[in-house]
Amino acid sequence: MTETLLEIDHLSVDYETARGNLQALRDITFNVKKGEIVGIVGESGCGKSTLISSILRLTAPNTRFRQGEVRFKGSNLLQLSERNMRDLRGDDISIVFQDPMQTHNPVLSIGRQMVDIQHRSKASKSEKLSKAAHMLGAVGIPDPEARLKQFPHEFSGGMRQRIAIAMALMSEPDLLIADEPTTALDATLEVQIIERLQKLQQEFHCAILFISHHLGVIAELCDRVVVMYAGAVVESGDVREIFHNPKHPYTRRLIDCDPGHIKERARVLPTIPGEVPDLANLPGGCIFRDRCDQALPQCAVDVPPLEQLTAGHQAACWLNQEEVHA
Amino acid sequence: MTLLEVNNLQTSYGAVNVLAGVSFSVEPGETYALVGESGSGKTTVIRAIAGLAPAQEGSVKFDGQEIRGLSERAMRPLRKDIAMMFQDPVGSLSPRLTIGSLITEPYRIQGMKDRDLGAEAKRLLEMVNLPVHFADRYPYQLSGGQARRVGVARALALEPKLILADEPTAGLDVSVQGELLNLMNDLREKLGLAMVIITHNLNVVRHVADRMGIMYLGRLVEEGTTEAIFSEPRNPYTRCLLSANPEPDPDARLDRIALKGEPPSLLKRPEGCEFRERCPFAKDFCIQTPSWDFTNNRGIRCLAPLS
Repeated sequence: MTETLLEIDHLSVDYETARGNLQALRDITFNVKKGEIVGIVGESGCGKSTLISSILRLTAPNTRFRQGEVRFKGSNLLQLSERNMRDLRGDDISIVFQDPMQTHNPVLSIGRQMVDIQHRSKASKSEKLSKAAHMLGAVGIPDPEARLKQFPHEFSGGMRQRIAIAMALMSEPDLLIADEPTTALDATLEVQIIERLQKLQQEFHCAILFISHHLGVIAELCDRVVVMYAGAVVESGDVREIFHNPKHPYTRRLIDCDPGHIKERARVLPTIPGEVPDLANLPGGCIFRDRCDQALPQCAVDVPPLEQLTAGHQAACWLNQEEVHA
Repeated sequence: MTLLEVNNLQTSYGAVNVLAGVSFSVEPGETYALVGESGSGKTTVIRAIAGLAPAQEGSVKFDGQEIRGLSERAMRPLRKDIAMMFQDPVGSLSPRLTIGSLITEPYRIQGMKDRDLGAEAKRLLEMVNLPVHFADRYPYQLSGGQARRVGVARALALEPKLILADEPTAGLDVSVQGELLNLMNDLREKLGLAMVIITHNLNVVRHVADRMGIMYLGRLVEEGTTEAIFSEPRNPYTRCLLSANPEPDPDARLDRIALKGEPPSLLKRPEGCEFRERCPFAKDFCIQTPSWDFTNNRGIRCLAPLS
């Protein structure tokens, strides 16, 4: 059995707002094993960003950790001193952000930024520069030595995102968090980035937590998938299980909505009517109930727990009750 | 009569030749999609049609009338018939105006003083399925999907004949994306609108467009009905674009054709076929310049088309 790298254990996070406590994350549990690619899918407002900032502890001042732990290699990050946490960031855990146009400092050359990021290393400047060039080459930037002298505006969006990946992998982290790294790019570049990530993952053996709302990208890249809705995990499991045998109505509907699934021209595309509930004023019972066409009376009363259905598959839905107890 | 006829449209910013001759036409009620990578000139095309970007050469005929190079004053009455939906839904709405005044702004600009703006706001919000009380809200209070609908409402205010939509679904969640596309399809049928849609999401094109044109480095490299392009792409570039579409299925058999590198710089366009250096099917003779070959409603610019 592979070693667990990151464990999110019953994590609940609130934001204190003028309207009261906004329950951004509720009872989130999942883990990432060493060298594994785990995808987190969910739509706007599902808590993806809160989750990432909680793992890195880069949360807004009005954030309250209500319960649970974030364990990285066994130690609870929520208890770590700020100093130890800073050592961890960028060294053991790296991140690639969504917008490649805003990740880099516009007034410093790429080479300078890639040397700066190695500030913990004792190597000489020329060694750091050659390592930077090597990494640029590894993410497929041609003529890396010369390009180190250039500034971010001299690179295209796809190249900037690859440079961001190169920088994130510089310290050979154990965990790379990729926050919608392809959303700002067009399809051909998206594919280039995914293929690059796959290759680098095999080379560096880091685990990747890949956040996206693009199901196609998740299906192609990830080993396991966590589906989030309105601040909760509704389903998680092996990528094939999730896409071929989804056990939560939200997952099913989400997959149905993807126009990539519909090969014939459709007059009316499927949608999920209704809206995400107000997290500051949560309704009782299942959070997806109002938008679910299979809701049972029980769904209005109790929150369904995330239950194990098969070895690699969990879902939080009362419809699976028979399966659970069979 | 053809509603929009774009012929050999060319745009340069200094030495940068952004559009190197683009030609296509749109019939009344038809949806035409322009597809291509970032930097291929899609947005410049529709901005040039709307008179928001310069076009030094070529012609843009709308309803038979030449509109390229019209002054802002001469263009203004035409803005009733040609509406634009901008790419950034929130950024295209003034943060200091309410939704009600934003969607009725076109009436004020056109000097339609006889209109009851309150009633028009209500009608437009209902048309795009937004609650009527949204008229009093400000753009920051809207979600991305709602802001898009406001964009649609505003584009529809003056009952245009043609909508130019720049990436209408970019950044939307899949469930909301479907809603917006259904709404646009619906309105198109009801109002008989013609549309030019720009998108890099090919999954979307299949469901909204009647015909499509594929752009590369400021030129069309293939054109045809959506069905024909999807079932039988003939330009290798089109084939690469289509195969770069990640499928929401982990077991999808991907005979993907990798697109090498990045688009070349517009400052030094490659000689011969401009896609040659990235093309997995390039032949020796591709060093010659391909011409635009248009037969049977199918256009292609390629010396070695796929069959």
